[in-house]
Amino acid sequence: MTRQMTGAKMVVQALKDQGVDTVFGYPGGAVLPIYDEIFQQNDIQHILVRHEQAAVHAAEGYARSTGKVGVALVTSGPGATNAVTGLTDALMDSIPIVVLSGQVPTFMIGSDAFQEADTVGITRPCTKHNWLVKDTADLSSVLHQAFHVSASGRPGPVLVDIPKDVQFASSSYTPKPKAPVGHYQPQVKGDMETITALVEAIETAERPVFYTGGGVINSGPAASQLLRELVEATGIPITSTLMGLGSYPASGKNWLGMLGMHGLYEANLAMHGCDLMINIGARFDDRITGRLDAFSPKSKKAHIDIDPSSINKVIKTDLPIVGDVGHVLEDMLKVWKARGRKVNREALAKWWRQIEEWKQVKCLSYKGSETTIKPQYALERLEALTKGRDRYITTEVGQHQMWAAQYLGFEDPNRWMTSGGLGTMGYGFPASVGVQVAHPEALVINVAGEASWLMNMQEMGTAVQYRLPVKQFILNNERLGMVRQWQQLLHGERYSSSWSEALPDFVKLAEAFGAKGIICKDPADLDDAIMEMLNHDGPVIFDCLVEKHENCFPMIPSGEPHNKMLLGDAQATNAIAGKGAVLV
Amino acid sequence: MSALQIKKGSSKHSAYNLRPTFSDVQEAHTITVLVENEPGVLARVIGLFSGRGYNIDSLTVAEVDHEGHLSRITIVTTGTPQVIEQIKAQLGRIVSVRDVHDLTAEGSSVERELALMKVSGSGDKRVEALRLADIFRAQVVDSTLESFIFQLTGAPDKIDAFADLMRPLGLVQVARTGVAALSRGTA
Repeated sequence: MTRQMTGAKMVVQALKDQGVDTVFGYPGGAVLPIYDEIFQQNDIQHILVRHEQAAVHAAEGYARSTGKVGVALVTSGPGATNAVTGLTDALMDSIPIVVLSGQVPTFMIGSDAFQEADTVGITRPCTKHNWLVKDTADLSSVLHQAFHVSASGRPGPVLVDIPKDVQFASSSYTPKPKAPVGHYQPQVKGDMETITALVEAIETAERPVFYTGGGVINSGPAASQLLRELVEATGIPITSTLMGLGSYPASGKNWLGMLGMHGLYEANLAMHGCDLMINIGARFDDRITGRLDAFSPKSKKAHIDIDPSSINKVIKTDLPIVGDVGHVLEDMLKVWKARGRKVNREALAKWWRQIEEWKQVKCLSYKGSETTIKPQYALERLEALTKGRDRYITTEVGQHQMWAAQYLGFEDPNRWMTSGGLGTMGYGFPASVGVQVAHPEALVINVAGEASWLMNMQEMGTAVQYRLPVKQFILNNERLGMVRQWQQLLHGERYSSSWSEALPDFVKLAEAFGAKGIICKDPADLDDAIMEMLNHDGPVIFDCLVEKHENCFPMIPSGEPHNKMLLGDAQATNAIAGKGAVLV
Repeated sequence: MSALQIKKGSSKHSAYNLRPTFSDVQEAHTITVLVENEPGVLARVIGLFSGRGYNIDSLTVAEVDHEGHLSRITIVTTGTPQVIEQIKAQLGRIVSVRDVHDLTAEGSSVERELALMKVSGSGDKRVEALRLADIFRAQVVDSTLESFIFQLTGAPDKIDAFADLMRPLGLVQVARTGVAALSRGTA
């Protein structure tokens, strides 16, 4: 039996059928019928954000921390254009979200109507797919397709643009199982011949390394479990990109830490010196590879990725495997076990001795201080005081983000939300809101820099309104720290516009929103202040005044390979010279 | 990047332009893409080419299966083998794309293009144009006392050759459809 309903009701019904419990959004003229339907039901909660960009980042945080599809609802015109940064962010980091936007009525499209924008045109390059629905009869089917496309294959953002007259008109509802999604079915099983060839390579490799990425997390918790099993059983060292932290536990004995531009010395040298690199769900991003013609020169490279276009995009791969990480790992383990669980034990032991030597460099050591809080110290204390708790971390973008990746340990997947590909300042706070909504009882901390945090500070309103006890841990150096660092290394210490002048009093700011503010500038007070933040049942802005000119190390200067890392300030003068300077 | 005078393939330069392990040879490929005929699908394909900096030498598009709502887009593009592979992979992951074939790589194919050429002139030149048109099997589809419009179909190089011959004889305008192509054989 077909059910007749309005387009607006279809939206709510489709969301329910897709198992959606939360929508992040902001109302406006072109979505009023949908908001009217949301008002008249109790199954889906709507979180009112203070800016559409924040709605999308919150949906990303929700999606990344639950493994479900996140949903945002915005109005036409400015609502949709404000969502563009979030959509691009989700596209770069492969986060499954569905954004629903209102549109002016179909008969007014193209007339430069009030709050009209060519939303599908604007968002075409920043979504995995998008739709403009011109007929209510198609709406429910398109909505189900949108969820399918967003979550299938390499996940990503999709947008459905719904004109207001389509929301008002009635038609019959297409239930979820009847929606046509058959032709979009990305390949999940890897090619068995190549998988067997990879297992053979693992059996004989002398210096193998696993290089894992966000794809492991996107593949689901089972993929992380399989990865752990494979790593433990083979004894091969493992490093991960920023996006993949948590898929293998930081306390695991084979863990080398994060790799890349600000990755650990041992992780980068292992990548440079390996003879077999097994890339699982990562994409040879330029933050990872450094100089391409000197990237891991002696290794055979295997690449497991669900997106065929990631293979051979920047690095030529010897063993390409297109498939879902979970499926491929399962097959790899099966083949490896069936062939007698072999590895080159002797060579591996020698490889580990080499890695232990690199670890002795202790690349994360820093000069402590008794008078000022070092940002690294603040994160070490935060780690120590929150370890073992049900903890989720989000970050903004910059030095604090890299320090958080270096000094915090992640034991499980879906616990670390950060903007990797796009590097969106202003991501962390709304993402923390999304995470807290999904996990009301958990401890959610946004490690932030003061400049990034100000970009979406209006979300204090959201946090207070919904009593979301998100902790905003701001490492305040009164600088755009990473910009300042690059200006020091690259632009003759001319600090052009990288000073955060006229900062607010963060304690008063918190109080103005009805939240708690804490300021801390003495290392001796830090533990007590952090405990005060953790013990407060409500949102907190923690203004941690840190050393103003600290640089983030280790660092691979742009245009250099992995084995040319800088470990501290002494090496940093004129580190990036000549043509390396064109790199970002 | 070109404004910075950076040589491709050498070290210490832009990460976005460094392809040390890949061949530098430019090849022309004819790629045929079967897409769902829905609004914006052509923009998706063109946007991919412009957004990622690929070349389009020629492009044709029309609906080929009315009931199945399928259109065929035929693109002639140039790039290194690695870029061609990327183009195919990138096209393949567009949700509205059903099928991607590289006709140049997949064996022999038939490529045809239609051109209209207006040639103005009188006297000997006019006679010569008509004579050459006959050799090329071009048809006269419009005529005045001082001009012809020729219609010519064939492979792109045949059309190039005809245009080259017509130029000294008074070629004033050319319209070309771009390449339509299919693979030879039963499938």
